[in-house]
Amino acid sequence: MSTIESSKDNAEVNDPAARPQPSLLRRLLVDRPEMMIILALVIIAGFFVAVRPDAFLSGINIRNMSIEAGMMMFLAVGMTYVIITAGIDLSVGSLLVLSGVCAVLVMRMIGIDHPAAPWVGLLVALGCGTLWGLLNGFFVAVTRLSPLIVTLASMGIALGIARLLSGGVDITGVPRSVVNTIGIGRVMGIPVIFLIATAFAVLAGVILHRTRFGLHTFAIGSNPQAAERAGIKVRRHLVMVYAISGFCAGLAGYITLSRFASTTIAGHSMDNLRAITAVVLGGASLFGGVGTMFGTSVGVLIPVVLASGLVIVGLPSFWQEVAVGIVLLAAVLVDQWRRSSRSR
Amino acid sequence: MASPILQARDIHKSYGYIRSLQDASLEVFPGEVVALIGDNGAGKSTLTKALSGVIRIDKGEILVDGKPVTFATPQDAREHGIETVYQDLALAVDLNPAENVYLGREIPRPGFLGKLGFMDRKAMQRETERRFRDLGVNLKDMRSAVANLSGGQRQGVAVARALIWAKRVVFMDEPTAALGVAQTRNVLNLIRRVRDQGVSVVLISHSMPDVLAVSDRIVVLRHGSTVARFQKGDAKSDDLVAAMTGSLQMEGAA
Repeated sequence: MSTIESSKDNAEVNDPAARPQPSLLRRLLVDRPEMMIILALVIIAGFFVAVRPDAFLSGINIRNMSIEAGMMMFLAVGMTYVIITAGIDLSVGSLLVLSGVCAVLVMRMIGIDHPAAPWVGLLVALGCGTLWGLLNGFFVAVTRLSPLIVTLASMGIALGIARLLSGGVDITGVPRSVVNTIGIGRVMGIPVIFLIATAFAVLAGVILHRTRFGLHTFAIGSNPQAAERAGIKVRRHLVMVYAISGFCAGLAGYITLSRFASTTIAGHSMDNLRAITAVVLGGASLFGGVGTMFGTSVGVLIPVVLASGLVIVGLPSFWQEVAVGIVLLAAVLVDQWRRSSRSR
Repeated sequence: MASPILQARDIHKSYGYIRSLQDASLEVFPGEVVALIGDNGAGKSTLTKALSGVIRIDKGEILVDGKPVTFATPQDAREHGIETVYQDLALAVDLNPAENVYLGREIPRPGFLGKLGFMDRKAMQRETERRFRDLGVNLKDMRSAVANLSGGQRQGVAVARALIWAKRVVFMDEPTAALGVAQTRNVLNLIRRVRDQGVSVVLISHSMPDVLAVSDRIVVLRHGSTVARFQKGDAKSDDLVAAMTGSLQMEGAA
């Protein structure tokens, strides 16, 4: 039976990727890019543990790191979906602020001691984020503008509106119960923020890796035309992905309120880039089609562990920015090498 | 003679001022290989896209089993058992072969989880491996991304995907253009086997030797119109070239 199979001798000669038994390292790099970053995290954390086990592994340090990582995870979850579609969402930090401002204003309006206020505030934050995400998605998918420009523009608009609404100053008015249960709450010693972030990331990861919706997300990032021809409604799907990112920003906005008991208008101008950094560190490709939620969660941890560890070992924390930049460059180089090592 | 399972009549399609198809016709009978040939810009790809639902036609009729149909999307064509192997293969290279085969037609998990959108990856993988084996498309690693496959192997995935789903007709747009001699022979053998299983193949090709080797009939397009039809055996390479370039006029013949 001479069919495609007999061409394999031919293919093997021309094609290094088809050689039998590719090296283990090569397989890990090509198929599981997030493995590299786990190794990096283990080395970094191992270093700090070795130098200052008492301080680095203290309860307070671990709790602080888990809260920092949890906060960033909300944005990184949405960013993972967006980057897998070969998009980008620069508006998440501003949207976090806007959602928080809207939630506080509404909660103040109905009275922060009103029993329904926490829930109304949550709905307002999530609704605000999701609606804004839908708008982002509309401009990206339907008018086919570059996601970089669309979300750059909407980043400015969202922050501007947030400042207009708040008069430019941070406003307080977060129900005490929200701060107590979420912001500073703990269950069995574990910060509630970390628990919520973990549950949220697991849910988003299961959807991404086990459902049709997730598969379609990868397919669109890999080859939008092929996805279209396979019957996927690409535009609608893209709108939904940006809406998810907006939803995540809204949720992050609400959690931020609970943590600081106030809006933090000026504190999130770099959040978008931090989220992108985490996702790319986690092995996702800016060219789309590649990424895992697990990798993103590791990518979120690296800057957090670096920041706290460097302070503990007595180095200026500015080294964190340097180190994250270097690791980020390495991650992108690995991605590029991976792509070019594929057969064409 | 049996009646055509797929028929396109007087198809017109313009892009702006460019008339890509004017009065193009094609009919496909059960279990045959039809070659669709023509010079660059003759409208072969446009006609293929029209009959696989990628583009909408301006004017004309498409009939499946004699009944008029409208193809607004590729799914409409698929639901009538018509599949297409695009020239660019239309594979999502970051997905593995099984994910590509089932993309847009995923097998849901049984029960409630399936309703939530969960896929039965094991069933998709198992079924893909079985069908690839039946078709003789052997890949070393069925779980690795398509990006890690060679050009010939990717071709195999794209062709197998179409054959797995096709019930009536498979369109193949230049399936051998990027292949070497041995791989081309394999694709041609695959075309014959598909035909023998009762699925008709429409082969779009520039290669006269390939066309003459496998086709039962040959349809020639020129400037967006169907200008000639040949039966197997009647056609010589010179006649085909003459019809393609316009030095032989025989509209409605054969």
